[in-house]
Amino acid sequence: METKKKLVMIGNGMAGMKAIEEIIDINPDLFDITIFGAERHPNYNRVLLSSVLAGEMTVEDIILNDEEWYRKNNITLHLGKPVVEIQRGYRKVVAADGTTAAYDCLVIATGSKPFILPLPGVDKEGVITFRDIYDCERMMEASVRYRKAAVIGGGLLGLEAAKGLVNLGMEVTVIHDRKTLMNMQLDEVAGEMLRESLEEQGMRFRTSTLTKRILGDDRVRGLEFEDGSRLECDIVVMAVGIRPNKDLAEGARLFCNRGIVVNDYMQSITDPSVYAVGECVEHRGKTYGLVAPLFEQARILAYHITGQGLKTYTGSVVSTKLKVSGVDVFSAGDFEGNGSSDTVMYLDRKGGIYKKIVIKDERIIGAVLFGDTADGTRLFQMMQDGTDVSEQRSTLLFGNTMLGDAGHSGLAQVSMMSPDTIVCGCNGVTKKMIEDAVVKHGLTTRKEVTGCTKAAGSCGGCGPLVDQILVSILGSSFARSANAMPLCDCTELTHDEVKEEIRRRRLLTVGGAMRALEWKGEGCDTCRPALNYYVQSIWPKETSDDPASRLVNERMHANIQKDGTFSVVPRMYGGLTTPEELMRIARVASEYNVPAVKLTGGQRIDLLGIKKEDLTAVWRALGMESGYAYAKALRTVKTCVGSRWCRFGTQDSMGLGINLEKMLERVWAPAKLKLSVSGCPRNCAEASIKDLGIVGVDGGWEIYCGGNGGVRVRVAELLCTVRDADEVMEIAKAYVQLYREDAHYGERTSVWIERVGLDRVKRAVVDDPQSRSALAARLDEYIETLGEDPWKARIREEEERPGMKPITIDARAVNE
Amino acid sequence: MKWLKVCRKDEIPERGGRAVLAGGSRIAVFRLSDGRVLAVEDRCPHKEGPLSDGLLTGATVICPMHHWKIDLESGNALPPDCGCVKTYEVKVEDCIVWLRL
Repeated sequence: METKKKLVMIGNGMAGMKAIEEIIDINPDLFDITIFGAERHPNYNRVLLSSVLAGEMTVEDIILNDEEWYRKNNITLHLGKPVVEIQRGYRKVVAADGTTAAYDCLVIATGSKPFILPLPGVDKEGVITFRDIYDCERMMEASVRYRKAAVIGGGLLGLEAAKGLVNLGMEVTVIHDRKTLMNMQLDEVAGEMLRESLEEQGMRFRTSTLTKRILGDDRVRGLEFEDGSRLECDIVVMAVGIRPNKDLAEGARLFCNRGIVVNDYMQSITDPSVYAVGECVEHRGKTYGLVAPLFEQARILAYHITGQGLKTYTGSVVSTKLKVSGVDVFSAGDFEGNGSSDTVMYLDRKGGIYKKIVIKDERIIGAVLFGDTADGTRLFQMMQDGTDVSEQRSTLLFGNTMLGDAGHSGLAQVSMMSPDTIVCGCNGVTKKMIEDAVVKHGLTTRKEVTGCTKAAGSCGGCGPLVDQILVSILGSSFARSANAMPLCDCTELTHDEVKEEIRRRRLLTVGGAMRALEWKGEGCDTCRPALNYYVQSIWPKETSDDPASRLVNERMHANIQKDGTFSVVPRMYGGLTTPEELMRIARVASEYNVPAVKLTGGQRIDLLGIKKEDLTAVWRALGMESGYAYAKALRTVKTCVGSRWCRFGTQDSMGLGINLEKMLERVWAPAKLKLSVSGCPRNCAEASIKDLGIVGVDGGWEIYCGGNGGVRVRVAELLCTVRDADEVMEIAKAYVQLYREDAHYGERTSVWIERVGLDRVKRAVVDDPQSRSALAARLDEYIETLGEDPWKARIREEEERPGMKPITIDARAVNE
Repeated sequence: MKWLKVCRKDEIPERGGRAVLAGGSRIAVFRLSDGRVLAVEDRCPHKEGPLSDGLLTGATVICPMHHWKIDLESGNALPPDCGCVKTYEVKVEDCIVWLRL
């Protein structure tokens, strides 16, 4: 029997547990997991301690994983058992009570300890740190018996503690050694505004003040400062900072500096079987105390420890939001700037709004927002993306909110966000993940969203944004995106869910998929063709076509007309024909009394009014291939004459068009697919309204995509510019395959691209050469599975194929 | 009225239909997924679309022209549309399909 590897984790905090969750997510059966926690509580959300202190939440509210969760995941949990020794030689850990556990992999997630200023008197009763539930409980107890509190430290932690104590009814003075509150996150202006705002809420401050000693006998009675002045107080909360908790690691001779030093895979640089994550870690000379980077580390650790390979942690840019009600503060990156950077700023002191963005080389490198932080997420995204802001400087501070009409600014902002914008930086939850969860599980509240996606479950700073997303989905039934709608009335599942299930459960037939996905009835004319397309596009080699799930045109390989007759459009590659071909067409038209012969918009010839029973004979007489003018498949590649004839032509558009059509003929797609190639920028082949339009320019080709000239005109967007025709072919392959894999059935490229965004298409088809060649290779594989031309096949099979000709019952027998 | 031989059952496509010309009338016979064979007039009450070319689901055929749904047992168009087609009696014996005309 295979024995699982043993994974032991020291520490039961947020970063460590995030790593465990990620590991279980990747492979729940890989490890036997044992966790030692020094606290008696199961894993809880330390970030929200301030909310517990502030009385906004209870301890139960901030529990992340209850004991039941550990049981369900077969995790051995030792609570209240601090590990006292790591014996690396024996690969085991020893807890205070003597419990031992052997490991193959060890994860150290011991977090941090509050830093205690070495002041005379710190050991007196009433000196409290602010770090865990126990500290919270002590402060809450103290607030019942005492009135005056001093908080040493005017940083994030100190202010949250102070606010909590104010809410508990205490008189609170914050002592800060610098002039500016939260000086790690705020500049002087924002710091002053923050101070004013907190003073209005009843907090007092002594800034630029150093504490000399703590006064009192056994119990705290006051503080004495360096300038000799004193402050009376009953409790002292020490919140000057945290230090990585590296004692255990140091004891085990793992290399430590400020924290446990790890490589980019979160392994100790001393011992590869030991990983470390969270606040106890030092990575590339930096330690982190905010939750978002720790979660990022946890993900990387999980990838590596489960053998998923190559992702590395390269450090984080952090943003901060202060969680003090009534005060909105956001800060990210280098908010001070220096000589080589410049600043865009908006200040309304009376209105309590301050926004500052630091820009260097036209990119945002830092930001401080006070009073109105709605743009924080967007700015932080731009900062991480390195977005060039030279064009937007004048509107940068007023954000997307400028674009919406009055009263809808929030919604407008949400709708402006791209689907993969991170909404919850703590848990790496994107807008799309939230939307999908809301739609899939019918969520209606922020709490449900948190339960489902973890968004807003850590720092809670993105809560308002989550609300906006909820409003944007639920506010009006019209706002429901196509993404969210069930495929049709026969199922509750969306297109994407159906595709995912077909892929995951290897569903190979329309009927099989309907059974497995609990379809209502035998499907309809919406879902049956869609399922038939999905099973074949996802499993091209393993499936075959289901004619009963095709609508008449695709089943008959001809276009039904209003009188029940059909039209026949043979393929003319690139719109090019020959006298012989034309004579044959003319002969057929005359022989079969074809009532109408018409040139199509796609540069070919349409024979209209052909009886169903004559189709095969017409095809045989034409001796041409099907033009698929009836199909959700490649239709035509329209061309201009190009450099072969045109005196302005710069490129051989006919040659490229013919090659493209030969490459893509008979390729089925979610909807019809129209291409064109123009030989010069005069663009006579109208590339700008095609699903894929190519325009020859001097020395290369411009490739446009997502154009449409039908119901709703949409001008194609530039996908990329390439040098030669071979590159065009490669891009075309990748683009068509991405569309085939990604779009919903029935969705034209114009709609698809509007839904997923041009950037996504560009990334997969242009920017990432690996993705491009993989897509192209998948299309090639699919093309190999395509059989012969359907008309030729019909001609060959006519004898045995029933259904083309009506059955005639002798009229005399009927009339007798 | 009498029973007339139409074709072998397997000459009708599975989960599909086929047109039958009998005297002056055009009839659509369908082979359902449950094995039954049903027949109606091959002319949609809406715009005379050939129902025999429609997509068959259960005992309903969807007209290829404008997607009207016709219940093959009653001959009625399903709501929201309104109309009906004539139905014909069918029997299958030894894989031979008979129509009563």
